[in-house]
Amino acid sequence: MKKQQTGQSMDRVDGRLKVTGGAKYFADHHLPDMLYAALVCSPITSGTISSINATKALKAPGVQDVVSHLNAPPVPGYKNAEAGAKDGLKIFKDNRIYSNGQPVAVVVANTLERAVYAASLVEVQYNQETHHTDMNASMNKAFQNNRMKDYLRGEADAWKKAPVTVDATYTIPLEVHNPMELGGIIAHWDTPDTLVLYAKTQGVKNVQDTMKKLFQLPEQNITVHSEFVGGGFGMALRVWPMEVATILAAKKIRKPVKLMLTREQMFTLVGYRPNATQQLSLGATADGKLTGITHEAVAITSPYEDFTEGIVAMSKFMYACTNVNTRYQLVPLNMSTPVWMRGPGEATGAFALESAIDELADKLHMDPLQLRVLNHADTDPERNLPFSSKYLKEAYLLGAEKIGWANRNAVPRSLQENGMLVGYGMSSGTFGAYRGKATVSATLKSDGSLVLQSAASDIGPGTATAMVQIAADVTGIQASKIKFMLGESRYPFAPQQGGSSTVSTVGSAVTDACQALLQKLASLGISGPDFKGAEQEVTVTATSQAGKERDQYSMYSFSVHFTKVHVHPATGVVRIQHIVSVADAGTIVNTKTARSQMIGGVVGGIGMALTEEAILDHRFGRFVNNNYADYHVPVNADTPPTDVYFINKKDPYINPMGAKGMGEIALIGFAAAVSNAVYNATGKRVRDLPITPDKVLDNKGNQPWKVENKMTT
Amino acid sequence: MPQENDQQNYPQKKEKHEARRDFLKQSSAMMALALTPPLVMKAAQHDEAIAGIFEKMPLSLEINGKKVQLSVEPRVTLLDLLREQLQLTGTKKGCDHGQCGACTVHVNGQRINSCLTLAVMQEGKKITTIEGIANGDQLHPVQEAFIKHDGFQCGYCTPGQIMSAVACIREGHAGSPTEIREFMSGNICRCGAYDNIVNAIMDVKQGGTAV
Repeated sequence: MKKQQTGQSMDRVDGRLKVTGGAKYFADHHLPDMLYAALVCSPITSGTISSINATKALKAPGVQDVVSHLNAPPVPGYKNAEAGAKDGLKIFKDNRIYSNGQPVAVVVANTLERAVYAASLVEVQYNQETHHTDMNASMNKAFQNNRMKDYLRGEADAWKKAPVTVDATYTIPLEVHNPMELGGIIAHWDTPDTLVLYAKTQGVKNVQDTMKKLFQLPEQNITVHSEFVGGGFGMALRVWPMEVATILAAKKIRKPVKLMLTREQMFTLVGYRPNATQQLSLGATADGKLTGITHEAVAITSPYEDFTEGIVAMSKFMYACTNVNTRYQLVPLNMSTPVWMRGPGEATGAFALESAIDELADKLHMDPLQLRVLNHADTDPERNLPFSSKYLKEAYLLGAEKIGWANRNAVPRSLQENGMLVGYGMSSGTFGAYRGKATVSATLKSDGSLVLQSAASDIGPGTATAMVQIAADVTGIQASKIKFMLGESRYPFAPQQGGSSTVSTVGSAVTDACQALLQKLASLGISGPDFKGAEQEVTVTATSQAGKERDQYSMYSFSVHFTKVHVHPATGVVRIQHIVSVADAGTIVNTKTARSQMIGGVVGGIGMALTEEAILDHRFGRFVNNNYADYHVPVNADTPPTDVYFINKKDPYINPMGAKGMGEIALIGFAAAVSNAVYNATGKRVRDLPITPDKVLDNKGNQPWKVENKMTT
Repeated sequence: MPQENDQQNYPQKKEKHEARRDFLKQSSAMMALALTPPLVMKAAQHDEAIAGIFEKMPLSLEINGKKVQLSVEPRVTLLDLLREQLQLTGTKKGCDHGQCGACTVHVNGQRINSCLTLAVMQEGKKITTIEGIANGDQLHPVQEAFIKHDGFQCGYCTPGQIMSAVACIREGHAGSPTEIREFMSGNICRCGAYDNIVNAIMDVKQGGTAV
């Protein structure tokens, strides 16, 4: 019997390319006669452009053109806009400035250095208007659109009548995805109506579709290449105005143009996790049964788009509670539009909910683990449906055992180690387990090798590797003889890599395509294990999507995070000593890459919990820490050893593999596991991320705790 | 901290705030200008387009064992030279400010951020990039270990991580996981593969293979 491939720790199929520098990311492509673009961006935060003088720039060596709203080619798709509709920033359509850093002009030259220098020579005059970038100062502008209606189950604000209550405000700052690879694009108009793009994207078909609408071209006239993507975390889930600006410059100049953003521009041009303030209120009986949950959130958006996400989603179904009401509002500011950032709104919401649960446990003098188990939702209370699979209780117990939860003392400041205050914290996370629609073509070559193609994307989780393993199991063909090709718009349709759904969606289509291929081969008299005998290639194409199970079951992945932290008693510095994360994500296709995805989410969670915060100077509406030195993403020395465990039990309904998603749950809830541990260590509850030393102390630099025992050093 | 640029051999700046026009007058690469009619020289001081013609300097480097003779503008960084002019795109740009390590290469065996050094400052030096550490088809032990331990996800920081890892071992800074974490902290991995990177480096170090 052949060894089953799924569940194995297979090395990545593209590993060799990645360790040799052979993997080509968008900016690694060189086209003949390619030119370089540099952006001129607005230093004002609201107003209009009154004039652009490009004379000096145009005289600089190697400069081909300076493209702005004054001379950009028309975009036919802009015309469809309804007056007043909030449907995005139409770059170079007019002279309106909505946010700081908005591109004003693209300077194109024959070398990068010349483009960058010439961009500094463009003289732009502005009419400055009053701007608003501070959410707290603009709360009177909070509104709801029809995607964000209030939710009510049972009685509203029932928590107020409960004997034990928590009512607290939790805030998260603006965070920036900051993938290692800078944003940008290479745009080339092969002919006046055929466009070729090398893009940084989580969805080549999405880019193609956007271009189709903007330039009103047939799909086959737009080619998008994106084989390797240097991380996305959500920022590459849409086409950004700077990409359209580059495409317009390429159209005008009729040569290929490459734009690569600067790190500073990554803060203003490619989205962010919106800062949010949340009021989370819980009510419980004296023995710990939840009787009311109220969750109200306000987050920011741009003036020209309403960005919404699942901030209050988890509160509706995570715990068995009769009475739940939620409200979600947006405040429009002079900012660019946010976009989903790993874990998206659920990570924001989970910080509030899972912190509040910990606060409630403290008030009840109950173990927070026990409180969670006591209020475990056996069925989905929001949709009133059974879960397709849920092993959360197992995950709680496994994680508790592995971190040594029994060593925790519920009384803050009771544990010390090497002169440090010691705390243990836990939290849970959840995210919808999705399955979209995708098409895969499967071709058996005459040498018995198998080639699969689909317009999926891979931003790092190892999509092709997982697909090869799935195909190997269905066909019995050796994994080494199977190739999965992605990242090309000409391949059959696959959705974007987002929402933790690629393995579920594309893996199902791989399964179906491989099964269809086996049937076709059988009809031709060709059979395994080596499938030789075909005189020519045999190709089948299969489309796969979820069935009626989605209406019969509620499908979610779950995670549990445990942390052990050290807090320095004099400085308030938090160091995470040990992490245990457990995932209930159905069948694990590749244990090696799945573990990498989990530890990666945890590292993102460490940033969210302890270090990441994009800071605006509201006087100017400008970021002050828009670089990797001042915006602290975790580095190697910030991360402790992380132990990852998988429940690894098949979900019987979601898809043929039984695999649920994992990318989001790896991060969702993690920040609360840290803040809860910091409370356990110090007695200080930090409700405002990130948990920096000033907040762990008392904002005046004093330790709020008394160190009663002599420290052992 | 672990990444140091080779300070000693930097050309000394003669004046602060050198303007681009002044540079034209001073540059040692302007030998050709001696043969240029004075009128053209004068025009070059006022016209960017004419100035651009004269602004390149000769540069010889040894890159991955191959000697190359180049003519580059002095403002071109080593990173941009490698990527845009020599098409050695394995070395990545992540910040252009020496903050992320994605552009790490070896100069005379020492790891440096290639975005923080001008190409002309490396005259006569030996540059090794990610494309130059394997022995033909035989991967370098650190490359093998990164695959085995899955020391990456998206792979964008990986060339820099591997160049740093090789140097980290050679420097004698790979004695323990804690030491590795410290001496690999100049290389950011936003996918968060740090645990695996540490394991890969420990594996090579403990395997005892010369790197």
